[in-house]
Amino acid sequence: MRPGPERSLLADLPRLLLLGFGALLVLAPYLWMLSASLKPGGEIFRDSLSLWPERFHALENYGKALREVPLLRFLLNGAVVCLAILALQLLFAVPCAYALAKLRWCGREAMFALVLAGLLIPAHVPALPLYAGFAAAGLLDSYAALVAPFAISVFGIFMFRQAFRSLPDELIQAARMDGMGELGIVWRVVLPNAWPTATAFATFSIVAHWNDLFWPLVVVQSPAMATPALGVLFFRAEEAGNDVGALMAASVIVTAPMVAFFLLAQRRFIQGVATAGLKG
Amino acid sequence: MAGILLEDIRKSFGATQVLKGVTVVMQPGEFLSLVGPSGCGKTTLLRIIAGLESADAGRVLVGGREVTGLRAADRDIAMVFQNYALYPHLTVAENLAMPLIMRRLTAPQRLPLLGRLMPGTRARRAEVAARVAEAAEALRIGHLLDRRPAQLSGGQRQRVALGRALVRQPRAFLMDEPLSNLDAELRASTRREIVELHRQAGVTTVYVTHDQVEAMTMSDRVAVMMGGKLLQLGTPREVYEHPCDLRVAAFLGSPRINTLPVLAGEGQVHLGPLALPVAAKAPPGARLTLGLRPEALCLGGPRGLPARVDHLEFLGAELLLHARLEAGQVSIIARLPVAEAAGLGIGASVTLAADWTAALLFDAEGRRIGAAAQHETLAHA
Repeated sequence: MRPGPERSLLADLPRLLLLGFGALLVLAPYLWMLSASLKPGGEIFRDSLSLWPERFHALENYGKALREVPLLRFLLNGAVVCLAILALQLLFAVPCAYALAKLRWCGREAMFALVLAGLLIPAHVPALPLYAGFAAAGLLDSYAALVAPFAISVFGIFMFRQAFRSLPDELIQAARMDGMGELGIVWRVVLPNAWPTATAFATFSIVAHWNDLFWPLVVVQSPAMATPALGVLFFRAEEAGNDVGALMAASVIVTAPMVAFFLLAQRRFIQGVATAGLKG
Repeated sequence: MAGILLEDIRKSFGATQVLKGVTVVMQPGEFLSLVGPSGCGKTTLLRIIAGLESADAGRVLVGGREVTGLRAADRDIAMVFQNYALYPHLTVAENLAMPLIMRRLTAPQRLPLLGRLMPGTRARRAEVAARVAEAAEALRIGHLLDRRPAQLSGGQRQRVALGRALVRQPRAFLMDEPLSNLDAELRASTRREIVELHRQAGVTTVYVTHDQVEAMTMSDRVAVMMGGKLLQLGTPREVYEHPCDLRVAAFLGSPRINTLPVLAGEGQVHLGPLALPVAAKAPPGARLTLGLRPEALCLGGPRGLPARVDHLEFLGAELLLHARLEAGQVSIIARLPVAEAAGLGIGASVTLAADWTAALLFDAEGRRIGAAAQHETLAHA
């Protein structure tokens, strides 16, 4: 056998099959949701398994989902909350990570140890005191309550710190010689050179907070402030308790922006990794 | 243009003393090389001038103004780094413009998007672009302005790094081994180019290198550093011909200076049984080291130093003869015209005559002491 594309495809076949099977396994619930959102209620719970609907019920399902609850409002809330959280996280994590990675100061190691310790605390632990605090401040049911607890991400600090450490010190010194202050260095030199990390972090952050159900459930009561995941819950509780088709349609609408975002970011992400891998 | 004064600079990293009190006075417009083996503290000294490192003690003055406590950004000094340290995410043009943008535009004017709306931004940006084009022209990198550093060769990156330093006409240039990543041919041509740029701009330049050839060929004056101390500061010719210390003599010159262990005598020094016609300003019997450059030796008549040829190195225009002196079994290298060494083979017996006026004497600590060549012939004691 000589090396060539035919041969490598054959050699890769078992691997491709295995990976394909894994992907199918992961995608199956999503595909089922997609298919169910197109079917009438009766068809969904038939004992035969078919993805393609016999009778299209898409208009009714999606129409109901959009009519019964303010789904678009939920999406807007999700976008506002996720972007605000991401902006604040970057605002705090990037300079912190720079200080931990590249500046020499007394207590740096201790501070980094605290960041690592912060990574170990699950989000649910401080939920009760935070709730009490927001309640006392009269801030429940507001964007502030949804955003503020996540403004500082120890995970973000850790991730950026690891990325910044690999930047050459000379680059930062050259920036100092060029007349930049430390904040100028952070935003003009350090962050642009850690773009893949920033993209990866943004993906993590946005997906996590878009899908977060726990915290919105704790602080939000009114549908006007509901985030997408909570909105779906409201929808189920209110009207469509047994209209699975419409519920699935609502879920598709709510997850669609994430799918779109992820596909876009993934492209960017791979580009970033590819250029960062080049020896420059 | 500004002179630089370093006053008793000291620096330690942990328990290691890197700089043990260095004082240097640089004239405005001077090209001064800091040269020495690696670990001698030259780069640390440069970084202290730049403000990237702070000295434990001592003062730094640039153009008569004390800058010891100032940040690097406020010293108005430009630096070329060994690995160039270009901004990888910016094009060549943006790399060149960065120091100007940081200095000529106000903070609001520098804001992305919003800055364009500030009054005066457009005019300032145009100024910057003109200056960038000018500098790129001078360095012949005009055709590279749209590329990113990753798309450039080593030599091109080096030019961009030089350009970034040149573009804003700083009070002083600092260069940290800027040629060490280039191949030999490029290094030689860039060396000349840097000297020409310095001549045109006339900006005080401190150039750090471990390569004595660079230091000797480029500089107005050379500062030889070793073990955290400044051993000697002088013109290339001074430090080569009149080194004040054996280590300086040994560091400068290739091949290395020959060193012979001798004993001081009356109006002469003794190398084993041989009396050499050099008068030492030292008490008779003192152990000294006699230094003799390879070019001060030639093949001599019957009255030279008897030696046996160990090895011959043909360099084209000349030839290096490695020999072992019969007196004291000392190795010695002579630089000879090729014609003179015709017919010599390994193991041949030769006699080497020396220009004793070029002999240098050092005491047991390596300090230079006075020597005078005596006009008498070599005699066997």
